Amino acid sequence: MEEEKEVKLHGMWASTYVKRVEVALRAKGIPYEYIEEDLSNKSQLLLRYNPVHKKVPVLVHNGNPIAESSVILEYIDETWKIAPRLLPDDPCQRAQVRFWASFIQQQLFEAIGRIITSNGEAQEKNTNELLQQMDVFEEKMKEFFPEGTQGIQNESIGLLDILVSATFSPYKIQEEIAGVKILDPKRHPIIYSWVTNMNQVPVMKELVPPHEKLLALLQFVRQNALKSST
Amino acid sequence: MSEEVKVFGFWCSPFSRRVELALKLKGVQYEYIEEDVFKNKSPLLLKYNPVHKKIPVLLHNGKPIAESLVILEYIEETWKANPILPEDPYEKAMVRFWTKFADEKCLPALWKAGWSPENEREKAVDEACECLKTLESALKGKRFFGGETVGLVDIAANFIAFWLRLIQEATGQELLSAEKFPDLFKWTDEFGSCSVVKESLPPRDKLLAFFKARVAEAMDAQTNASK
Repeated sequence: MEEEKEVKLHGMWASTYVKRVEVALRAKGIPYEYIEEDLSNKSQLLLRYNPVHKKVPVLVHNGNPIAESSVILEYIDETWKIAPRLLPDDPCQRAQVRFWASFIQQQLFEAIGRIITSNGEAQEKNTNELLQQMDVFEEKMKEFFPEGTQGIQNESIGLLDILVSATFSPYKIQEEIAGVKILDPKRHPIIYSWVTNMNQVPVMKELVPPHEKLLALLQFVRQNALKSST
Repeated sequence: MSEEVKVFGFWCSPFSRRVELALKLKGVQYEYIEEDVFKNKSPLLLKYNPVHKKIPVLLHNGKPIAESLVILEYIEETWKANPILPEDPYEKAMVRFWTKFADEKCLPALWKAGWSPENEREKAVDEACECLKTLESALKGKRFFGGETVGLVDIAANFIAFWLRLIQEATGQELLSAEKFPDLFKWTDEFGSCSVVKESLPPRDKLLAFFKARVAEAMDAQTNASK
């Protein structure tokens, strides 16, 4: 029956975690119903589907809920084995992708969060740490992309493309809010070209959140964080 | 032709023990290399894990893999005996969800609760107990998280089954008790009594002494700080 094959996604417009899942669904051409959650007033359904974390994204497939974007992405790749494959087939290459996925999330994505929510000396320290990890990443990605990062299309998006994009796509807004330079094309040309190429991919363009709205939200997040730390 | 499998680890690390347990469960022969992680990491380790410079590292036919959970998934995909993940994608997703929970939420909360200073202790203990309660709900009366056999969640939660008890003994703090968490407590006994698990645990007395020394260090530091 049609209802049994349904895919639903509980999300929030500004969440980069939700975006990761949407990119994967759209790139694979999987139809889904999107449900916007008001995180200050979470729906009963969300609380039932994700009682442990009470967060978005939650993917519901045939009535079965899955939480945590990294878990959802692997599930999507294993359930819809159509292009683009988010992970390679070879176990050794899969391990490399998973290793870098963990690195991007912990050393880059979360570091940017710390930069946005800090100021003064703390922010300077956080920024230096991020830039050093970006140096490591830049160096190692030369091996992954010996010919550069052009040529990414809807049909060839992989997990690392999604994660790099989730981390750095809104870099201009991040830099404006935080008041520091994050993505310098001279220091990190591979990351920079990767991000700018990803920003041109059709499925990414469809999912860019409204600029002013995102700016205002991140500004609010920063102000809140700085208030509570004094 | 024999496959070359090596594990770079540290005797008291639950992370390298996870890798050893998975290999033993699957009957994979491997060479173990002990790293002196505090004082003198080997050039080989730094070559095989230049990004994090940490153990564990699995070396398979010359190719290195780092990060214990990444290694566990690789082991599962490479050696098919005694699977630690279900075949069904949804069941697999549930296992990965709980593995992540045990690793990213439970472990740090328990570690923090074990070692936090007096003034932060109550809050840290509350958070740790919340984590244990939530993790316990994933057991659902089963013998192991993996059902009848040890699975990925059991392996990832190895810290709770063994290291935690010794930390409790060393610090005098009880986080995981039979009264508060009967199912989880029972699981620690089930898990700990598997022969394969027993073979891949650090020596009890040595680990207890290690934690007691840390407790003494922490107390010294506190006394000196308040002078």
